[in-house]
Amino acid sequence: MGIFPDMIIFNALSAGIVMGIMITPMVSTISEDSLVAVPQSLRDAAYALGARKYEVSFKVVFPAALSGIIASIVLGLSRAIGETMIVTIAAGATPRFTLNPLESIQAMTAYIVQLSLGETPHGSLEYNTIFAVGLLLFVMTLIMNILGRWIAAKYTQDYSS
Amino acid sequence: MRKHIDKIILAGLITSTTIVLGILLVLLIRISMDAWGWIDWQFINSYPSRKPELSGIKAALLGSLWVIGFTALFSIPIGIGSAIYLEEFSEDNKFNRFIKLNIANLAGVPSIIYGLLGLAIFVELMQLGRVILAASFTMSLLILPIIIITSQEAIKTAPKDLVNASLALGATKWQTVLKVILPISLPGIIVESSYLFQER
Repeated sequence: MGIFPDMIIFNALSAGIVMGIMITPMVSTISEDSLVAVPQSLRDAAYALGARKYEVSFKVVFPAALSGIIASIVLGLSRAIGETMIVTIAAGATPRFTLNPLESIQAMTAYIVQLSLGETPHGSLEYNTIFAVGLLLFVMTLIMNILGRWIAAKYTQDYSS
Repeated sequence: MRKHIDKIILAGLITSTTIVLGILLVLLIRISMDAWGWIDWQFINSYPSRKPELSGIKAALLGSLWVIGFTALFSIPIGIGSAIYLEEFSEDNKFNRFIKLNIANLAGVPSIIYGLLGLAIFVELMQLGRVILAASFTMSLLILPIIIITSQEAIKTAPKDLVNASLALGATKWQTVLKVILPISLPGIIVESSYLFQER
């Protein structure tokens, strides 16, 4: 609250920052795997042509591993959409539309938690809405996961020959 | 010129790694400082109380342990069993590839969807209510896809020549799985599974 004086305790920004920290290990490990998979001969060839370290990294190894890196980002984001506890704790429970990240919002997963733990009677219309929200969430993550895998599989270059 | 760019970019990359490690350090230090002096045997070994100074986490701690224990009991045998079937016994046809793809997709489904599934099936349809068993069943569904995938990976690491040697000596497929493949891949499966229980 020191940086932004008029900030509310529960806000979208802090949830976003924590979520970013959460998916960092996932993105970096999958990206690292695809960087390691780039054959050493490519690096050696670039060095032999007189390239510096950063040129080898950014112009040879990075493009070669790009599919894995994009896939890691898509899979990380799909993980972030389904993340429950961070948004329940940090983002608040105020359903409204705002582009201001300093205001309190409500995420889909937090809505499910709020309703399934609340006083809402089982079997009522309001109770059944959590299953609709769950289905939407499922479809979104499924599409992102399929997309991530598709990118990884389609643009992976075969260096084995 | 290029020499300077090289140094600048290296500095940038080191900075981003330092930021990640720094955040981890800050989190650890903050949590340790807040918790310091509060975590003692009394805190672990008492039930929630009206007096905050006397209350503890015994009930919640034992609850977590029970749920995890039952989850391991259900999910590890089923998971390893399906992994052995998919990796060693199933044919490589379209249907089985479809199953493997779907298991990979299930591993990416967020945990709250499984929570809803457990709520609908175990708590309401099977009339279990909100009990340890319902939680363990749901948790088992959640981690089964990941156990199957990691077990498959571990089974793949068993050297092909050992498997072929065992088959050449007249062992049946099942004997080979039980006495050659499993002893090699079991440590990997156990290590990966224990990571899983920390995460969830």
